[in-house]
Amino acid sequence: MRRLRSSPAGLAGLLLVTAFVVLAVIGPPLWATDAARIDAAKILQGTSPGHPLGTDTLGRDILARVLVAGRLSLLLAVAATLIGTVVGIPLGALPAVLPRRAGRFVVGLIGSLVAFPGLLLAMFTTIVLGLGARGAVFGIGLAAAPAVARLTHTLTASVAGSDYVAAARMLRVPRRRVLLRHILPNVAEPLILNITMILGSSLLGLAGLSFLGLGVQAPEYDWGRMLSEGLSRVYVHPEVALAPAVAIMAAGIGFHLLGESMARIAARESRHAPTGPAAPAPPVDVPADTPSAALELRGLTVTFPGGARPVRDVSLSVNPGEIVGIVGESGSGKSLTALAVGGLVPYPGVVTTARLALAGQEVNRLSRAARRRLLGTALAMVFQDPMSSLNPALTVGSQLAEVPIVHEGLSRRASWTRAVNRLRQVRIPDPDRRSRQRPHQFSGGMRQRAVIAMGLMGTPKLLIADEPTTALDVTVQRQVLELLAEVTVRTDAGVLFISHDMAVVSQICHRVVVMYAGRVVEELPVQDLPEPAHPYTRALVACLPDMRTDRDRPLATIPGRPPSPVDAESTGGCAFASRCGFATPLCVTERPPLKEHGAGRRLACWYPRSGPVREETP
Amino acid sequence: MNITQLTVRYGAFTAVDDVSLDIPPGGAVGLVGESGSGKSTLARALVGLAPVSAGTITGIPVGHAQMVFQDPYHSLDPRLTVGASVAEGIRLPRGERATEVARLLDLVTLDAAVASRYPRELSGGQRQRVAIARALGARPELLVADEITSALDVSVQGAILNLIRDLRARLGLAVLFISHNLAVVRYVADVIAVMHNGRLVEVGPTDEVINHPREDYTRTLMAAVPGIGDGL
Repeated sequence: MRRLRSSPAGLAGLLLVTAFVVLAVIGPPLWATDAARIDAAKILQGTSPGHPLGTDTLGRDILARVLVAGRLSLLLAVAATLIGTVVGIPLGALPAVLPRRAGRFVVGLIGSLVAFPGLLLAMFTTIVLGLGARGAVFGIGLAAAPAVARLTHTLTASVAGSDYVAAARMLRVPRRRVLLRHILPNVAEPLILNITMILGSSLLGLAGLSFLGLGVQAPEYDWGRMLSEGLSRVYVHPEVALAPAVAIMAAGIGFHLLGESMARIAARESRHAPTGPAAPAPPVDVPADTPSAALELRGLTVTFPGGARPVRDVSLSVNPGEIVGIVGESGSGKSLTALAVGGLVPYPGVVTTARLALAGQEVNRLSRAARRRLLGTALAMVFQDPMSSLNPALTVGSQLAEVPIVHEGLSRRASWTRAVNRLRQVRIPDPDRRSRQRPHQFSGGMRQRAVIAMGLMGTPKLLIADEPTTALDVTVQRQVLELLAEVTVRTDAGVLFISHDMAVVSQICHRVVVMYAGRVVEELPVQDLPEPAHPYTRALVACLPDMRTDRDRPLATIPGRPPSPVDAESTGGCAFASRCGFATPLCVTERPPLKEHGAGRRLACWYPRSGPVREETP
Repeated sequence: MNITQLTVRYGAFTAVDDVSLDIPPGGAVGLVGESGSGKSTLARALVGLAPVSAGTITGIPVGHAQMVFQDPYHSLDPRLTVGASVAEGIRLPRGERATEVARLLDLVTLDAAVASRYPRELSGGQRQRVAIARALGARPELLVADEITSALDVSVQGAILNLIRDLRARLGLAVLFISHNLAVVRYVADVIAVMHNGRLVEVGPTDEVINHPREDYTRTLMAAVPGIGDGL
């Protein structure tokens, strides 16, 4: 409700609908006598002090009649919507409970009914049932039913395909019970939102029928009928026709705005939007520049309003031709770190850095245009789902070719040639033909290669790969990893490789950065990975089964779960202390700083471990 | 459960092609293969969620094979409490259900208080435990686990694998464990079946398949399994 009021469209819709509901309640008792008073002396008059909107053929006050007609107009619309939903929802839900063949027949029936023009169906029904309000309501209601049925079917079909419905079927829960317990509750919300809009449409439809003389008959009157009565006088007294027209329009718009805003809010509901000021990042010592580094990151902190700080003071560097892995559980801040480097942290996250340099250029000191160009050409990003980076409607070649067209002003032909070349480089077979295909014609592994090829269209200095192989099969994963390693050698770009899988990281990376609760807890060269010093890193290594794991012993696990980004360091100590088998009171009260720990290693732990993980008894 | 010459066709496409496989009572069979190999379709056919075009499944009555799905974020109804979800498969008088739910939650090492919570309040690993408890409610003889750890963090995967082994030992449950990761399958299963393009290409005791694979395809799969310090 609060969010509804904060959007202008939602507020307008809410106000309009409330106003009309209030009018429907108080209108008739207040103005019914005025509206019914016949005054032979004042027939067919225009605006006058006594009658602000004029009078009708019997000298009755139009303003009073518009205000009184609100109740009938609204009630008829509600009745029609009710008929539409009572017929439409069961019809649309039927395929979910019927056997396959009968279900398909119902879907076909709904499809053909939707194809039939609604207003024509309404007029036909009205004439068959007899002129008057009853016929019009049935007509509009039945005309709305196919649309409701189609919507219900679409919504239920997606829920009916879900795993929890499959589980219920497997547990032999009766079909009717599946419908009532699982399907209907999960489609109720979007359905109700749409019904609000159907209410608006029904109101317009009924007004239309009344206007045509097929709806409400004298002496009853609704806005549509008043509009038709006033229309003959529109050149003499436009206000007479204008009033009911405005009422119809405002009510229609009101319901649509309200329904649409509610739907938009419901769609956004899943994402959190906390409020409150962002906390400033702590100051960080800025060490001397390393001009040659592909990426130089110092003191990166990402804060969300409400105090959540999923990334805390992260510093790391990637050299040209080097692959650096960031490992951690979900919620460790590894993906947000990657997004922050690319300037892609979602609103309302606030990013602060002491230094963020790409190929030696401090990103935050560049002008907007220069920053766009630098990020567009020197930085490439590969995500877990390649379809999120590819437009399904465009050919792969044209999407690749867009990069040099936009950033280098290259001609279409030259860009396309380069695109085909790059696709060949990532070993896509028959790149000439493939470049003219759309992403859905590619396999998962090929799509990921195409995205990597897209990253190679510029002159990448840094490639960020966020779980690029998680969605792929192990055999395809291996090919993509090999490709990434090869690309690194050929282009001398640095790679920031983000993964939750220590084994994958150990295969491809030169250096590994381990993150926990938003902080770097350990950094080590990959050859030291079998013997890490931080208990968390050791646990990550130990819990991973490989082809040599002892099958007679339980796998090592990490008890508990990672802290939320709000209270990760509420005790002031190490965020891992509560899950660590070696923690002491010192760990709880004082956070260990990230310090040098031997050659090329960094560590944040008061009690470093040593020796290989595999020999340790769990 | 005996699967004999099972074929599942969708139109002209044959997802599972003439597959025969025995799962002995209390046994654990691991099914490996890449996406599109037909391993998930085979699993769905075993629990009655996919139409069988030819062949037979005998040995386990309908409803006594239950499946746990890959993604615990979508396999629980968001509008039902954990207790209501777990109770779905229980065929007991109403009065005894709450005790049974508590017993099932205890089996998967969850606190009984979790019953009144909603899935969104739980972590991925906890949700997967709830999904396992729900499947156990039907007192199955066979549990089909379809990639049940691939949506979870590696740190949580170990606990779920331990749980599956533990449940096998305690309940005498037969398990069909499906994964694309041979290292995970190796840890859980006594017998490994390798599936490729809808067909079973190799079946054998775990150690034999791992140490002396007969098929080239099995060797390719093994070579692709990442291990720490293996290099590319």
